[in-house]
Amino acid sequence: MPDRMVSGRRLFAWAPALAALAFALVACAPEHFPQTTLLPRGDFGRMGDQVFRKTVFWATVVFVLVEGALLFAMWKFRARPGAPEPAQTHGNTLLEIVWTMIPAFILAMIAVPTVRTIFRQAQRPGPEALQVEVIGHQWWWEFRYPALGIVTANELHVPVGRPVNLEMTTADVIHSFWLPQFAGKRDVMPNRHSNLWFTAEVVGNYPAQCVEFCGQQHGRMAYRIVVQPADSFDAWAANFNRPPRTYTDTTVQHDPLLVQGEQLFTQKGCVGCHSMYPALPLAGPNLHHIGSRSHIAAGTLVNTDENLARWIQNPQGWKAGVLMPNLGLTDEETRALVAYLRSQQ
Amino acid sequence: MATTAVERAPAYPAEATGIWSWLTTVDHKRIGILYGATAFLCFLLGGIEAVVIRLQLWRPENTLVSAEHFNQLFTMHGTTMIFLGVMPLSAMFFNYIIPLHVGARDVAFPRLNAFSYWVFLSGAILLNLSWFFGAAPNGGWFGYANLTTKQYSPGLNIDFWTVGLQVLGIASLAAAVNFFVTVINLRTKGMRMMYLPMFTWMSFITQILLLLAFPVITVALVFLMIDRSFGTSFFVPSGGGDPVLWQHLFWIFGHPEVYILILPAFGIVSEVLPVFARKPLFGYAAMVFSGAFIAFLGFGVWAHHMFAAGMGPFADAFFSLATMMIAVPTGVKIFNWLGTIWGGQIQYRAPMLFALGMIALFIIGGLSGVMHASPPADLQQTDTYFIVAHFHYVLFGGSIFGLTAGAYYWWPKMFGRMLDERLGKVHFWLMFIGMNLTFFPMHFLGLNGMPRRVYTYTAESNFTFLNQVQTVGALLLVAAFTVFIVNVIRTWRRPADAPADPWNGATLEWSIPSPPQAFNFPELPEVHGRDPLWEEKRRRGGTLPEPRRVSGAGIHMPNPSIRPLITAVGATLVLAGFIGGSHLWVHLLGLAILFYGVYSWVFEPAG
Repeated sequence: MPDRMVSGRRLFAWAPALAALAFALVACAPEHFPQTTLLPRGDFGRMGDQVFRKTVFWATVVFVLVEGALLFAMWKFRARPGAPEPAQTHGNTLLEIVWTMIPAFILAMIAVPTVRTIFRQAQRPGPEALQVEVIGHQWWWEFRYPALGIVTANELHVPVGRPVNLEMTTADVIHSFWLPQFAGKRDVMPNRHSNLWFTAEVVGNYPAQCVEFCGQQHGRMAYRIVVQPADSFDAWAANFNRPPRTYTDTTVQHDPLLVQGEQLFTQKGCVGCHSMYPALPLAGPNLHHIGSRSHIAAGTLVNTDENLARWIQNPQGWKAGVLMPNLGLTDEETRALVAYLRSQQ
Repeated sequence: MATTAVERAPAYPAEATGIWSWLTTVDHKRIGILYGATAFLCFLLGGIEAVVIRLQLWRPENTLVSAEHFNQLFTMHGTTMIFLGVMPLSAMFFNYIIPLHVGARDVAFPRLNAFSYWVFLSGAILLNLSWFFGAAPNGGWFGYANLTTKQYSPGLNIDFWTVGLQVLGIASLAAAVNFFVTVINLRTKGMRMMYLPMFTWMSFITQILLLLAFPVITVALVFLMIDRSFGTSFFVPSGGGDPVLWQHLFWIFGHPEVYILILPAFGIVSEVLPVFARKPLFGYAAMVFSGAFIAFLGFGVWAHHMFAAGMGPFADAFFSLATMMIAVPTGVKIFNWLGTIWGGQIQYRAPMLFALGMIALFIIGGLSGVMHASPPADLQQTDTYFIVAHFHYVLFGGSIFGLTAGAYYWWPKMFGRMLDERLGKVHFWLMFIGMNLTFFPMHFLGLNGMPRRVYTYTAESNFTFLNQVQTVGALLLVAAFTVFIVNVIRTWRRPADAPADPWNGATLEWSIPSPPQAFNFPELPEVHGRDPLWEEKRRRGGTLPEPRRVSGAGIHMPNPSIRPLITAVGATLVLAGFIGGSHLWVHLLGLAILFYGVYSWVFEPAG
């Protein structure tokens, strides 16, 4: 009876630990993480995930057996007072051969699908694939769709179900382009072109970010991957090829705030780096359709009036070291610029 | 084992004390202690950097430190822990233990040994001086070009890094030559290579790795340095240079470096397990050859750090398979350790706890290593916290636990005092729990999308909870090392009364007083097997009498010398002139001191 009391109390003592463990496991579930790699939503990513799951399986088997053997030996062979000196064994050739062969066998179970997948992933999609050029910059991403005449920034739009072929390079230092939900990552190098391809299978707006350390603001070099139904993607592309909304036409009555915003965009020099035209790349991110993007500041701020005002008034405050200077905009000027930019839908 | 010494005790000469005796010492034991003290201070510094990193990541969009400072912190954390922490902590044991293990009175080149330490100290100071210029290195410990070229890193930061690492490289190379020759040439009578204690074997292999790997990083650093100082284009794309060349050179060094960091810890664990299980090491020959095989393969796997670089399927497949092969000899080591404790009488003393903890944690690091040896899986894992988890299980769970086991094990030999056993156990449990709390969630964090080297994250990403668990774990690690420091201070205040052989050791260092006298062995021992002291005890039916301190009269020992220190300062200054371009007067001053140092060294009587 007292024994049972003790074991009951022991269980009680373990309860918080078990609860914490359960909570931790729930907290680790991939559904809660928008940038997770564990729920592949694309073909390329699934290939990698299948290999990963095989490695997890074998790692778990080895972990349980070896750590189990270690714990068992630690318990079983604990020193007992007055015990004689243990048998002085020096080795066992047969045993040593066996435990060299078993890991080699397990590794083969991982190596075969690994090599097979390496070569499958190295195959490129056919001509039906959507071609996108990806260019890394400190610290934002440029996307060009040569067939569609589109240059845009920080928001990669792709149609669901159609292979996408990325041709990638960098304008400055090495970055790494990552599609956590769909594929994997690939570094972009100066003077080189690297490739990555994927077919997105689930519509949505997904976060991603640069994964090669690229200087001061590497931590705020994010972007969005927007997967759309085919018709909606086509509409987006068609809409993109319109010129920007402009308020200089004096024959029409415009909101004076928008007129002022457009003037400021030129006067304050924004136009020197930021193009409003869909096919014109400049030094800074292309701002065509900036009003319809979900995020600004390289995917690090939700695109709202307040965030846009905060960003253009003090870019160095949010992202120190970025090329965009603090222009000393007044609140009124900021309001006008925000209105103008947000109108670019 | 001859113990008939020149017994004129207790009239043995007191050893010199005072600062001058430390500045001029060529005694491998004192140099070992200098290495240890310096490295432990640097280890604490790297730990503080890690804690600031963890505090910055406590919550999303935190502003405890700026982006720039965060980049400096993680760069210096990695650089410090690798080059100023783990490597010199290993060097402490190389220095103190290798000559005792092989039965020698000192290393082969005692003054070169002092030179190594002083160059190491200069490099450590130089690297950390950068903090006072507000320009600590900020390009990551891997310093990828072309980010680190002048155009993208115009400040002094990267100069401190290229110069500091070159200085540290000199220290490592000089020491590696020294220990290599010591093991080859200074083994005592009967000490065949296959009788060497496993720590000395693994250390010997480490010296070979150092000798082969450090020239490669030196070449890369010289290229980068003259790119920065003189406008050459080794890594500048606009000049036809290639940043990928940097990656290959860096990792041809960088991967063997991993084994430079872990093999000494493997050796320590292989010393501790037999002593506290009271059984010889299982499969000695397999342990030697698996260590050598790991080191050999270590030079053929570097590009597994570059799977995302797009090297093509053949290169990916080759480096993947080569990497997986390393798991085989590593597995052999782990199974042989299990074989060592199997059937033994395990005494749970502090060194044994750390050694067993090392095995348990290294298994995890090894398994995650196999996971990203597979490029399709690695394309998701690389540059995320999954990798951070992996290498901390290897380097903290492996190297640091192994080195801590060594510290508790050899402390009585080095300082003549036993560390407190109870505090040692508290230290172990805090460190074991803190370590897992800090690094295990990183696996999930990485797989769920958190990249490395980012100074903040968004609330949307949902990374907050796991980061907070990790930060709590890091604070437990702070507590663990606080306990260790308390233990050291308390031990210091007690009398130095540790016996020569407190653990029932098997190797030669336990046959002489704790701490050993300057000349180590009054008479060089003769060895007839792998566990010479156990054999001796068995022959004499149990225990040996406590060895007496004796007069060293007639034992020829090298003279102390200040020349290594002078030479080290000169060599450091020559290179320091490359910080911020190329300052001729600093080069010339350095050259003059270097020339004086070497010249006077050559004509100084060695002993």
